[in-house]
Amino acid sequence: MKPFRILYRNIRDALKSIFRNFSLSIASISCITITLIIVAISMILSFNVENVTNLIRKDFTIIAFLDNKLTEEEIKQVEEKITKLDNIDEYKYENKIEIAESMQDSSDVFKTIMENWDEEDNPLQDTFLIKVVDAENINITANELKKIEGITVVRYGEGIVENLLSVFGIVEKSLIVIVLALIVVTAFLISNTIKLTIFSRKREIEIMRLVGASNLNIKLPFIIEGLFLGVLGSLIPIILVIYGYRALFKYFEGQVFTPFLQLVQPLPFVYIVSSLLALIGVFVGMWGSARAVKKYLKI
Amino acid sequence: MELIRVKNVLKQYKTGITAVYDLSLKVKKGEFIFIIGSSGSGKSTLIKMLYREERPNEGEIIIGGIDVAKLKNHKVYKLRRKLGIVFQDYKLLHKLTVYENVAFAIEILGLNQKEIREKTLKALELVGPKGKAKSYPDQLSGGEQQRVAIARAIVNEPKLLLCDEPTGNLDSKTSWEIMKVLENINNLGTTIIMATHDKEVVNKMKKRVIQIEAGKIEKIHEEGTYQNEAV
Repeated sequence: MKPFRILYRNIRDALKSIFRNFSLSIASISCITITLIIVAISMILSFNVENVTNLIRKDFTIIAFLDNKLTEEEIKQVEEKITKLDNIDEYKYENKIEIAESMQDSSDVFKTIMENWDEEDNPLQDTFLIKVVDAENINITANELKKIEGITVVRYGEGIVENLLSVFGIVEKSLIVIVLALIVVTAFLISNTIKLTIFSRKREIEIMRLVGASNLNIKLPFIIEGLFLGVLGSLIPIILVIYGYRALFKYFEGQVFTPFLQLVQPLPFVYIVSSLLALIGVFVGMWGSARAVKKYLKI
Repeated sequence: MELIRVKNVLKQYKTGITAVYDLSLKVKKGEFIFIIGSSGSGKSTLIKMLYREERPNEGEIIIGGIDVAKLKNHKVYKLRRKLGIVFQDYKLLHKLTVYENVAFAIEILGLNQKEIREKTLKALELVGPKGKAKSYPDQLSGGEQQRVAIARAIVNEPKLLLCDEPTGNLDSKTSWEIMKVLENINNLGTTIIMATHDKEVVNKMKKRVIQIEAGKIEKIHEEGTYQNEAV
């Protein structure tokens, strides 16, 4: 089959050329490797920031304190009004006795103080714990809750929430910009490195053209060579990601210092990042080669 | 049968130098033609236009039905596959063996290994150098290297062979051997156009000679000789 023979010949030539121009191949491969390591780190950071942001978003809770004078009937009415609001994901009612109990369970200090309280002594208030769908609009929902009759105070960590979200948003966006910039820079670096290889093969290209090689005939081995360089260059970063991230996850036991900053589970995360790295490597290698060889073709 | 028609061709380089001026020429199938002229007369430019390395500013060049002057860059390979080209400096790849250098020209066509082998060995058999298929160009003499280059040029059995001073780097004995090889190829039906300085060769071969001076055809000698001593 003619196309297969041509492909076979190109793959053979590409492999030969990688070994024949060994030092330049090593230069291109290291160039891809180093950038992909940085890309990998940025990607892991970016995914983790996103993960933490999502977890925090999910965890945002509005606490609505109820007037202690409300009857059960009135509490039901408040609940009904809450269900009618937009942006409510789920809610939970806790009466002040339950709250007192859970507080006593959580700390010995509370226990000593609260143990002897009667029902009338209990200064706590019945509450609704409300989770929202969209954390960005938490303040709107909080304001709506405030307007409901029977709810005295609404708390959701005003200020902190908004600031945290915007900081994480900025970090995430910067990381994406860094990754994209790195990909572009590598593509050009590869292109220039391969140009050096191709410069030494100018004569070969010239003769190929003279004996009737089409542009594709000439380009294909170089593009396949770029593909191989990309694959070889992404090997070390992929190994680092697969084993390094797992080790890191194990070392931190899944969270950085506080349960608040959860790391992404290693599986299938490391394989997703690895596939992306391989794809970037291959793309960058092929594009770099194609760009480099174009200079010597008359198109 | 006419193989090449060159009509009112003008070639001016970007530097402003006019290399070929209003040149017209017809070549029949199976002919052997010499193009002679002093350095800078335009003979190399004419050869380059025939294999479409250069494109004329005006006029037309038709080779075997292909309008070479209008051929787009990315389609030039279609013309090149139909003709063979031989250069003064052989243009061989030094990292490849003799066999590989010749096979190189047909590998791009996607033939199978058997066909490549048959054609390559046939070309080497016809042109030589004998028994050196596994040698590298650097291990060969100038004449032998030129034989390899000719083998590469004819391996695809082209109808037209263009030679740009093929004996320019060779002594007269070796030059004559190369001419015998070319004559042999011509006898098998391939049209040959050869640009040369080599007076002795031209005089001995008794073929049609086209003398170019300052980009124009000065004289055409049938069974010609190198008469102009000034050249």
